[in-house]
Amino acid sequence: MSEQSTQASRSAALNSRRKFLLDSARAAGAAMLVAVGVGLYSRQSVSLPASAIRPPGALKEEDFLGACIRCGLCVRDCPYDTLKLARFGDRVTTGTPYFTARDIPCEMCEDIPCVKACPTGALDHSLENIDDARMGLAVLIDEENCLNFQGLRCDVCYRICPVIDKAITLEMEHNVRSGKHAMFIPTVHSEHCTGCGKCERACVLENTAIRVMPYELAKGELGHHYRWGWKEKNRAGESLVTPDIEHEYNLPQGQSYDLQGEGLIIDDGTSSLNPPDNVPFGTSPLDTLNNNSFNTRGTEK
Amino acid sequence: MSRPLHPGATARAEKGWLSANKWLLARRFSQLSILSIFLLGPWLGIWLIQGNLNSSLILRTVPLTDPYVLLQGLFSGHLPETAAITGAVIVLLLYMLVGGRVYCSWVCPVNMVTDAAQWLREQFKISGSSTMSRKTRYWILATTLILSLVTGSIAWELVNPVSMLHRGLIFGMGLAWAIVLAVFLLDLLVSRRGWCSHLCPVGAFYSLLGTHSLIRIRADARDRCDDCMDCFMVCPEQQVIRPALKGLPIPGTNKKTGPVITSSNCTNCGRCIDVCAKDVFHLGLRLNNTIPGNGVDAEHTTNLKNNSEQLNHSSGVEVL
Repeated sequence: MSEQSTQASRSAALNSRRKFLLDSARAAGAAMLVAVGVGLYSRQSVSLPASAIRPPGALKEEDFLGACIRCGLCVRDCPYDTLKLARFGDRVTTGTPYFTARDIPCEMCEDIPCVKACPTGALDHSLENIDDARMGLAVLIDEENCLNFQGLRCDVCYRICPVIDKAITLEMEHNVRSGKHAMFIPTVHSEHCTGCGKCERACVLENTAIRVMPYELAKGELGHHYRWGWKEKNRAGESLVTPDIEHEYNLPQGQSYDLQGEGLIIDDGTSSLNPPDNVPFGTSPLDTLNNNSFNTRGTEK
Repeated sequence: MSRPLHPGATARAEKGWLSANKWLLARRFSQLSILSIFLLGPWLGIWLIQGNLNSSLILRTVPLTDPYVLLQGLFSGHLPETAAITGAVIVLLLYMLVGGRVYCSWVCPVNMVTDAAQWLREQFKISGSSTMSRKTRYWILATTLILSLVTGSIAWELVNPVSMLHRGLIFGMGLAWAIVLAVFLLDLLVSRRGWCSHLCPVGAFYSLLGTHSLIRIRADARDRCDDCMDCFMVCPEQQVIRPALKGLPIPGTNKKTGPVITSSNCTNCGRCIDVCAKDVFHLGLRLNNTIPGNGVDAEHTTNLKNNSEQLNHSSGVEVL
């Protein structure tokens, strides 16, 4: 009797253990399903469409997606309704803020309310001057349709730029088509462009020729070993390789040539009083022409 | 069998409709007012609160932050600013006091969706239910945290129906209806109380928060229980009632369970209070959890067991 009952309780315990393990396995299976589904989806969601621009101060996209808690407080504090909160089904990660420059660009508020509103710092609170924001980089992407590239004076992107003459300048070039006019080429400087998108919004074309793009799409990157020689030279104060040998120009007495400066320099005679000894010709060009040794000069050197 | 078809019918007959639904009404009022306060801003320009359930700002001064989302943020490697931390601490303290899953039954907008599904389930007498372990939610909770760690992003927010619905109502739904519909259909057709009581990691997180919460449902008058099973029928977390109501022996001891429903999965929704014609339950504190009077005799326990087996046969309800 008691044996029977212990056996029964043992089998009950076995059953309950079995049930526990089975339940755990099923729950773990469901969790695994979630992990695979959501995990893969999250990998896909990291890629932001180029037209979607994050608010000022936004961390790098992969950090941003771990820091933004999708509350929309930045959207609420944007006075120009620039910022939108991505909806499920949009190509932007659901619940995160972005704007489309061609619709409503960033007005670059001096007090940067969107950054202040962010409770987590997904919009970096260390951004205090809106001019330091780097939401993206404007790129004049279609030279074939940009009016200024045709020699017209549209200039709208340049005029509207909040950092005019720094972020966008007009660079004068010769207009080959007409042969006698200038072209004023809108030129973006990444050093100053905040990526606010006002140029993209203002472009008069049907489809804009200048666009704000994510930095990684807009900017090239130099090979890490690469150095610009002239910059290194400036920084060091002298050439870092073998010093340049000054080229000797074989010029008539009293003349010299400055390659990167004035060009041909004709002395007015002050220096001709002391002609260098090794010059095989006299101070007067006529002497030189009449000089017999002129023909053999090359071999003498 | 004298058991009425709908749980709460006896209570309604004996206490009156209002009295037999007062907690339900209070809960709907709470859920709808919280949602309305959030909607006042975008709809009428009255900004009492900004943001959504993930993080918000009351009157532009008091921050509130969902500690679960913030925890995922921490797991994905971001140390938040003080505003979010302050907000999370306020929310943590609140729910540690009133009961973690009070969030589920009094705040969460998805509760209205799943309650609607459950109501329809009863109307249509849909009895089939695929049984899932109620522990699945903890596995999913752990999974969401690991996902944050691995992907470096708050991955669960890509699909979380709770924030999808709340944020969607305030900022625009997009296709989030599809996710809410999926939850509704799951609860209606696939699994009884499938989402809120089995799968949702938000609820799982808040249940952990409320493990030691002060405010609890008590069955002090459990001697009056006549085993009508109405509370059991109506409870979304059926497993939490029995130990306190029946004074079941605490495993490993020879003591009986006190009258306080201590399970952290009790959502303090108060439906058991509503539907009980005998007024066995009331809302109280978890203090003084001793056995009143003579406790409960064994007969009651067996009665309940028999009844629950019956119930299992008739409606396929899962008992844990």
